[in-house]
Amino acid sequence: MIAAPPSDAGAPIVALHGITRRFPGVVANDRVDLAIRPGEVHVLLGENGAGKSTLIAMLSGLLQPDEGRILVDGREQPIASPRHALGFGIGTVFQHVMLAPTLTVVENLALGLPWWRRPDRARLAAEFTRTAEALGLSIDPHAVTGELSLGEQQQAEIVRALLRGSRVLILDEATSMLTPKGVEELGALMRRLAGRGIAVVFITHKLKEAFDFGDRISILRLGRKVGEIPPERLRALGEREATAEIVHLMFGSSESPLPSPSLSPPSPRGRGLGGGGSFGLTRPVLSQAGADGGFDPLPIRAQTRADPSPYPPPARGGGTMNDSVPAPILVVRDLSVPGHGAAAVADVALEVAPGEILGIAGIDGNGQKQLAEALAGQRPASGGTVLLDGRPIDRLDVGARRRLGLRYVTDDRLGEGTVGPFPVALNLLLKQIGEPPFWSRGLDRPDEIDRNARALVAAFDVRTPGIRTPVGRLSGGNIQKVLLARELSGAARVVIYSKPTYGLDAQNIVAARRRIRDAADAGIATILISTDLEELLELSDRIAVMSRGRIAGTVANDDRARQRVGELMIGAQS
Amino acid sequence: MTADAVNGTAPAHKPPAKPGPAGAALHWALVTLGPILAALLLSGAVLLALGTDPLAYYGLVLQRGLLSWLGLQETLSRMGPLLFLAAGLIVAFRAGIWNLGTDGQFLLAAVIVAAAGPPLADALPGWVALPLCLVLAALVGAAWSLLPALLRAYQGVNEIITTLMMTFLGTSFANVLVKLAFRDPATTVPQTRTLPVDDRLPRLFGSTISSGLLLGLLAVVLVHLMMTRTAFGLKLRVVGANARAAVHAGLPVPRLTIAVFALSAGLAAMAGAVDIIGTQGNVRADWNPAYGLAVIPLVFLARFNGFASIAFVFLFSVLSIGGESAARRLGVPHFFTLVVMAILLIVLALVEYADHRRRERMRA
Repeated sequence: MIAAPPSDAGAPIVALHGITRRFPGVVANDRVDLAIRPGEVHVLLGENGAGKSTLIAMLSGLLQPDEGRILVDGREQPIASPRHALGFGIGTVFQHVMLAPTLTVVENLALGLPWWRRPDRARLAAEFTRTAEALGLSIDPHAVTGELSLGEQQQAEIVRALLRGSRVLILDEATSMLTPKGVEELGALMRRLAGRGIAVVFITHKLKEAFDFGDRISILRLGRKVGEIPPERLRALGEREATAEIVHLMFGSSESPLPSPSLSPPSPRGRGLGGGGSFGLTRPVLSQAGADGGFDPLPIRAQTRADPSPYPPPARGGGTMNDSVPAPILVVRDLSVPGHGAAAVADVALEVAPGEILGIAGIDGNGQKQLAEALAGQRPASGGTVLLDGRPIDRLDVGARRRLGLRYVTDDRLGEGTVGPFPVALNLLLKQIGEPPFWSRGLDRPDEIDRNARALVAAFDVRTPGIRTPVGRLSGGNIQKVLLARELSGAARVVIYSKPTYGLDAQNIVAARRRIRDAADAGIATILISTDLEELLELSDRIAVMSRGRIAGTVANDDRARQRVGELMIGAQS
Repeated sequence: MTADAVNGTAPAHKPPAKPGPAGAALHWALVTLGPILAALLLSGAVLLALGTDPLAYYGLVLQRGLLSWLGLQETLSRMGPLLFLAAGLIVAFRAGIWNLGTDGQFLLAAVIVAAAGPPLADALPGWVALPLCLVLAALVGAAWSLLPALLRAYQGVNEIITTLMMTFLGTSFANVLVKLAFRDPATTVPQTRTLPVDDRLPRLFGSTISSGLLLGLLAVVLVHLMMTRTAFGLKLRVVGANARAAVHAGLPVPRLTIAVFALSAGLAAMAGAVDIIGTQGNVRADWNPAYGLAVIPLVFLARFNGFASIAFVFLFSVLSIGGESAARRLGVPHFFTLVVMAILLIVLALVEYADHRRRERMRA
């Protein structure tokens, strides 16, 4: 069943030359070259949004490139559809298992067969078992798929791809849903597949997996392939050197060719540059020890930034404290949030002071959303405490927390942030329904509602035909302005932003970031969740990195932050 | 998406060439009256196929349902319970809850009120007894909706199924109550004691029109205002339009869900009470007018708007009262009214779809 290794093991099965793919407003892949060779595990590394998924979609026939050539077995041909890709022997196993959970494994195998033929289950089962055993797997082909573990389901998918004659096997973030043991098994399986001459393309965020299972590593960044480490070099480089090189390629500042002490500090917050912003505070940071070795539940937060601040020392207006470090307004201790199986958020501790921006970095889906929702009060926590001004708010609901000044700007703007068919004016008051002065004894006061809407639309520069326009008709940037207007208006004191510039165009990204910075300068304690490292480096005072629901570490936003956050994100430090 | 939309420079957005007022009026007539005409034509075709003269049928319906004083009084009296049902459905549908169990809630409340009405009227003055009957009905309806409400609010069980099931149970239970518990010993047919005409809801201006009509109008208007003008109504609409946004905004979705069930079922049950203490006077065993299911398409046609619902309920009332007469005369089954309504609903949906496609094309 498994394709025999071709005689010339070096020639690529699939080669991409100068592949470019554009989407409105972004270039997802920019002149990417990639060669996929038999008997090799080719690792694709890159952040969220680096262009991995687009590249995979073109390899598996889901998307067509705008420019560039695809060579299969040395001949140029388009991969027009997923069926076409299968015909070339390119099989893809996606992050989420694509098997029908209520059918048995064999029935899933039969799904792709011509509909008029009666599936020969016994033969299919025998073939499946033979192929699986050859790879050292033991999966009962008559088991109901949904009752298998995720790792087993994935193995079944891999075997299915091989049964269909795959020579190239693409594993798209295949380890992200697995337990550590499942990851190990999958890694061993990848090695065995490569040993049989299959070309494996393995997409991951974890550097350790890339080293342990990969032969060749290609690094994507912002749609470009910024580096490739061939097998000889990968073996020659020590793990430490390779890590440094990869972290630099993935996260290094794009202006500077190499990380060096002379690297200009990423001007955090750029405060004071515009003049007038003299509210500045020194940025309190966590102790480096706390960041490196796990995370203490109660971080010591007295240290200030080591490097001399380019800004004048802060003059705190009206404060009774003379201490340069303001007391934290939001304190989170040991917060845990249940998830499917493992906890979505586990033992997270955070502190944010007024005027401070705490960035939260991490690959998407590592508990950031659940953390934000638990803080906002819309998701129950299973343990831990959240203190606002030293008072526990764990028992308060969304409305009560909001009235205390805790705000949450969701990234799911149309899904939960707004009610699409409702007018802008009502969406601006979605979290204040029934509150005076907009409602009096439960009755609408349309004049007050309209006045509020007009004021906010003007103040936040929402481009809308009118305040009665359904919010769903606005562009993404303007919907985001509506959300910002709603959350930043009134007595906002702590604001949690979830991917605030996700999906916006350049102009609106600048506007949103300026809004976040201005709000912080006005004394709002800010938690900025983002998958965009540039954004975090531009805005944050400190950056915490989340991984598998935990804080992997917190670093001050100094000139080494880029590298250290990058290392924490891909698990290079463990 | 155009570059303008992306950059948010909305002022550059050009509205599609607006037709003049005459064009707009024509368009309105086409999408509103057109479907009604088309539905009447199609129903006429069905009548022809049945071997009935459609003109004779429509003439008779109009004559008996609208143009004769006797028929008009009956039509207006019939509207009372239908309007209560419409009010109950508007609350539920606007909040995204598909309460399809109004018939069970209606009938059970009708039986309880029919049983409690005569003794209450004997013991208390009318202005106490009759409102008491309405309150009693509302409580019965709300109680009958409690199980689907709790299942929906806390377990996410689909209320379409549960309310329908509760209707089967409710109608059977109502039957059992009439036959076993509340049977009037003075009659041979199984039915409840009859409420004397003098003890029923007062009639309007010396006619035979039940004041249930006014109560029904009041209910629909109040519900409409509640949904459009109050904070509570807005909360319900948020839950209905985007339940995730409701959670995000911190609305107590389970509690609101239960409130919606109680309101909706309570109003449906008051429809039953109004029918008994206004028109019927008693409940015979096996009586089930199934008004609830008939009102559902009307509320949809009105797009959950209270005032439009009143118009459609009136239209339906005319068709059904006239249709009952026509049924006796021409041998067309009396549920043919429902066929007309169903055809109207389908035609309206098709016209709306076509209109939507046309606007999409104009925008593109």
